[in-house]
Amino acid sequence: MSENRQSSGLSPVNLDTIETHDYDVVVVGAGGAGLRAAIAASEGTARVAVISKSLLGKAHTVMAEGGVAASLGNVDSDDSWDTHFYDTMKSGHFINQYRTAEIFAKEVPDRVLELETWGAVFDRTPAGKIMQRPFGAHSFRRLAHIGDRTGKELIRTLQYKVIHQNVDIFQEVTTTRLLTDEEGRIAGLFGYYREDGHFVVFRAKAIVLATGGFGKAYKVTSNSWESTGDGAALAFRIGAELMDIEMVQFHPTGMVWPPGVRGLLVTEGVRGEGGLLYNSKHERFMLRYDPVQQELSSRDVVARSIFKENQAERGTPHGGAWLDISHLPATMVKAKLPGMYEQFLSLADVDITREAFEVAPTTHYVMGGIRVDPETEATNVPGLYAAGEVACGLHGANRLGGNSLGDILVFGRRAGMAALAYAQSVDYPTLIPAQIEEEVRRVLAPFSRQDGERPYHMMSELQEIMTTYAGIVRSGESLAAGLEHLELLRLRAERMAVQGSRAYNPGWHTVFDVESLILLGEAVIRGALARKESRGAQWRTDYPEELPEMGKVNFVQTWADGHVVVREEPVEPMPEHLAKLFESDQAPGVVRQAARKANQGGGS
Amino acid sequence: MAQPLPRETRNAGPARRQRAPRLWLEPTVTAVVFGLFVLYSLWEVFFHNNGVYGNYVSPFFSPQVGRWFGMKSFIAFPVVWIPFLFRGTCYYYRKEYNRAWFWHPSACASPEPTGRRYTGESRFPFSWTNLHRYFWYLAVIVLIFLWKDTVQAFFFTHGFAVHLGSLLMLVNAIFLTLYTFSCHAFRHLVGGGKDCNSCAFGPNAGKATTSYTLWTKVSRWNQRHGSWAWASLFSVWVVDLYVRLLIMGVIHDVRFF
Amino acid sequence: MSEEMVLSVFRGDQTGGREEEFHVPLETGMVVLDALHYIQAEHAPDLAVRWNCKAAHCGSCSAEINGRPKLLCKTRLDQYEGQVVHVRPMHAFPLIKDLVTDVSSNYRAAKQIPAFSPRTPAPFTMYQRDVDRVQEFHQCIECFLCQDTCHVLRDHNARDRYFGPRMMAKIAEWEMHPMDTQDRREFLKDVAGLPMCNVTRCCVEVCPEHIVITDNAIIPLKERVADLYWDPIRAIFRRFQRSSTSSQPSSTVTS
Ligand SMILES: Cc1cc2nc3c(=O)[nH]c(=O)nc-3n(C[C@H](O)[C@H](O)[C@H](O)COP(=O)(O)OP(=O)(O)OC[C@H]3O[C@@H](n4cnc5c(N)ncnc54)[C@H](O)[C@@H]3O)c2cc1C
Ligand code: SF4
Ligand code: SF4
Ligand code: FES
Repeated sequence: MSENRQSSGLSPVNLDTIETHDYDVVVVGAGGAGLRAAIAASEGTARVAVISKSLLGKAHTVMAEGGVAASLGNVDSDDSWDTHFYDTMKSGHFINQYRTAEIFAKEVPDRVLELETWGAVFDRTPAGKIMQRPFGAHSFRRLAHIGDRTGKELIRTLQYKVIHQNVDIFQEVTTTRLLTDEEGRIAGLFGYYREDGHFVVFRAKAIVLATGGFGKAYKVTSNSWESTGDGAALAFRIGAELMDIEMVQFHPTGMVWPPGVRGLLVTEGVRGEGGLLYNSKHERFMLRYDPVQQELSSRDVVARSIFKENQAERGTPHGGAWLDISHLPATMVKAKLPGMYEQFLSLADVDITREAFEVAPTTHYVMGGIRVDPETEATNVPGLYAAGEVACGLHGANRLGGNSLGDILVFGRRAGMAALAYAQSVDYPTLIPAQIEEEVRRVLAPFSRQDGERPYHMMSELQEIMTTYAGIVRSGESLAAGLEHLELLRLRAERMAVQGSRAYNPGWHTVFDVESLILLGEAVIRGALARKESRGAQWRTDYPEELPEMGKVNFVQTWADGHVVVREEPVEPMPEHLAKLFESDQAPGVVRQAARKANQGGGS
Repeated sequence: MAQPLPRETRNAGPARRQRAPRLWLEPTVTAVVFGLFVLYSLWEVFFHNNGVYGNYVSPFFSPQVGRWFGMKSFIAFPVVWIPFLFRGTCYYYRKEYNRAWFWHPSACASPEPTGRRYTGESRFPFSWTNLHRYFWYLAVIVLIFLWKDTVQAFFFTHGFAVHLGSLLMLVNAIFLTLYTFSCHAFRHLVGGGKDCNSCAFGPNAGKATTSYTLWTKVSRWNQRHGSWAWASLFSVWVVDLYVRLLIMGVIHDVRFF
Repeated sequence: MSEEMVLSVFRGDQTGGREEEFHVPLETGMVVLDALHYIQAEHAPDLAVRWNCKAAHCGSCSAEINGRPKLLCKTRLDQYEGQVVHVRPMHAFPLIKDLVTDVSSNYRAAKQIPAFSPRTPAPFTMYQRDVDRVQEFHQCIECFLCQDTCHVLRDHNARDRYFGPRMMAKIAEWEMHPMDTQDRREFLKDVAGLPMCNVTRCCVEVCPEHIVITDNAIIPLKERVADLYWDPIRAIFRRFQRSSTSSQPSSTVTS
């Protein structure tokens, strides 16, 4: 024991020996958003670094399956940006930032084509263009994809682009703190190499956070271990604002059985390609909940429907619903959904081309996040930018499938450009040594605690609490109870202890994950308590209705003296020309399509 | 760069020991079969000057170029190197002999001899495997003669008949054809070298080209290249042995009808 | 249900190490990674193992299970019932700790590959049949199991002389892209070390994405290199062609 502690370097810190780097722009996160930001920031001669806590190309983005939504109009020519905008706002229940959604819908086709220029090879239409598939609550077939492995294509393309670019990549380096200067501007960050635990400080003029979401706060999740919300927590602690953080998306179809794979995503592509949902009575229950869009209704609706079927005791043996695609030709299923086919065959012994399989809701995505400016992704901390799942604004109360991959491309690029412009306008900041000293001490503390709490156990207890009290169904009562439990857990977590050395020590790494998650867990619960209504992903049994006055506010949270403070901010109203799009009950493209068809019908 | 583990710990442990019995079996069988075939071939071409029995021609002696030029001994030599080098440079055989004879590697993810500096196929003689396509061209010519021999094997002095020998020759010709036209170099030749098979503009844009159609077919055959390689090796062996034994008078041909 | 499995997991670093035995209760459908997580939570919190997705998508969790290179998150434990399951790090890469190895050489090699350079910017008109072939290589999850198995890297320590099967598939992906204009044949022969491969196909046997690396990437690339360096007839033909249509770019499409 004692020799271990010696090797963990608990002797007083000598700041001069800490590895230090200077960069104009440091991007934290090597998912789609981070890589796209790095590419944008490195267009000129600026010094750019990317830091990621896993290896290059392994970030959570790699798991995205269904596709990237862009109104290319390759299969449905009536599609255009305004329809995509309409769908996005509507599914977000109008608490999204309209400007963010507008920029997004207009720019995402260019970002997708840019990927093609860089070597991404999407599936093709018979005319040789990028193929697009239908997805829940999109008015048209809109998702560019490669089988059910679109995220892999995206990250691989960006990854190989970035390594051929003037960017330094630091793999397996975990950021534990953002550093500020005397005036509260960004000055850099502190982190450690996972490999051997040695510390590193980056002095940076601007930082882009692209650290993804925090699905790991829940027990059943489709997210990878990295999704512990580090970025949001880091930024929150230095004064950045969080918004709509109560909006956590539960994807309707995760795997249920066997236990080891519980939560693993079953892509919406299965329903997009024609998969149907049944309850234990073999009824297509979605016909009851949403007769128009049926299985392809938006995610919050389908997830809730499955949940309600189970409450009414019409669920499957392991508490889900049956998803069936076996009515389609086996060859087609294997060609269009090869990953799903393989996943079920090898992990669950189920051949999806022959039989139905069980699915149930799984934690999937966080709509809320760091509050940013729609044009530049700047936070309220000068020099700090955020893009991707860690940021907030595009998705409102419910994210459309396929919008996230577009999100990370569009706003990753914008954040990179804005960070570069900012970096070029300022001098290198001055670091405050006391901040670094304090952080070294904090980071090493778990090694010196005797018989403390085990980080892994803290993690599973936290997940238990969030799932039970702030999951897919919530009420004032459950949330209050959750808060209480969380507070107790937080106190215990202050005494987390780790064994062994600093070299590649997952126990030690988990300590920081747990700390981020507890902080964000509290934010989620406080946000959910404040939003006294049901809207999109937020479903409160004590306020089951969507209330018009609540549709006019976002809940913004700040961290003041160790406390989470929640306040209301009005939702920015849409300008005239955009508001007009919502006058009719139908999406603009659908109206145009109907008119065109009527014309043709009249003409013939 | 350093090896992951010190040598003692690396190869120790029951995991590796457990699998040991299976490891040498496959390469050894392959090595023995190949070795026997080579020995047999040497015996055949060095010690025999005749591969013809009536209307049967042994594949080792066809076409009879040696005879055309009036050679008296070693008459198999002018041609027999072609199929040998064709097979010797074949991608499938390369896999088999690299594993079986040179133990590079004897089996996947298992230790192999590391003594000499390994250079793969970058040095002579292995670099010459790149000439595979030329041996393929020549092998196709030989194959044409083989089909001629096969047809001839059905026409006896008294006319058309089917004997055991004729059938063996036919089977052999079929295997050899499949082996030859499932070749990787041929697959490259017919379309594998192209990156785009329907990028043509104009009225045919988007339609598959002939080379694409061919390439898809050859690609499909190519998946069984290894099976054809073994089948044709044995069929050649059997036919030659059959003819040899007939010439030696050890056996008699069997007539079916 | 309360059956137990015995896992013998390698623990150690560059200075040495040995296998340690752990007992793990077997659950339905459990994979080896689940068992390692159980060990971390209950017995050895500092057991180092790399993983991200636990869905066979990211290719982080490569290791050797009973001597076979495999993904920890895709290998079911029940297939080893009645046996001791030996879990060791990848053998071809320098060890960091326990099951984690240093795979950075792969990224260094990747950096050297001449990037995709299309003749025009997108949108491209490409038909499905033209991209089928390269899409196979796009399935790669970069688990580097093929690199681990390839004897050139594994036993001859020739990372400086051969980029390995994963990188050959990557090069093929760009080289065979219908819109690409780069010619990487000289690079393949002189830098990437394509001739070091002796087509023994071990990489194909371990690839979790079932990419037929040898037959569909390496051999076609070898043939393309042979076009340039080992085919006098084609060389003459090419010279003839070039002098007649001098405006043709010398890409693989035209050769
Ligand atoms: C199974 C699944 C399927 C999905 N399918 C789709 C889909 O079909 N379409 C769609 O649009 N969206 C989909 N999504 C959502 C989408 O994939 C993600 O929202 C998106 O990829 C997030 O990208 P990102 O760049 O913001 O972050 P991530 O890809 O999560 O990357 C985060 C990066 O930050 C790094 N990082 C985190 N913390 C730290 C730290 N402390 N220090 C240093 N680095 C750190 C990580 O190492 C990582 O590199 C899916 C999600 C899942 C889970
Ligand atoms: S075929 Fe080539 S690349 Fe693949 S394992 Fe064998 S030598 Fe290595
Ligand atoms: S080619 Fe296959 S084995 Fe090699 S890295 Fe890619 S997925 Fe892994
Ligand atoms: S954890 Fe991602 S492949 Fe195993």
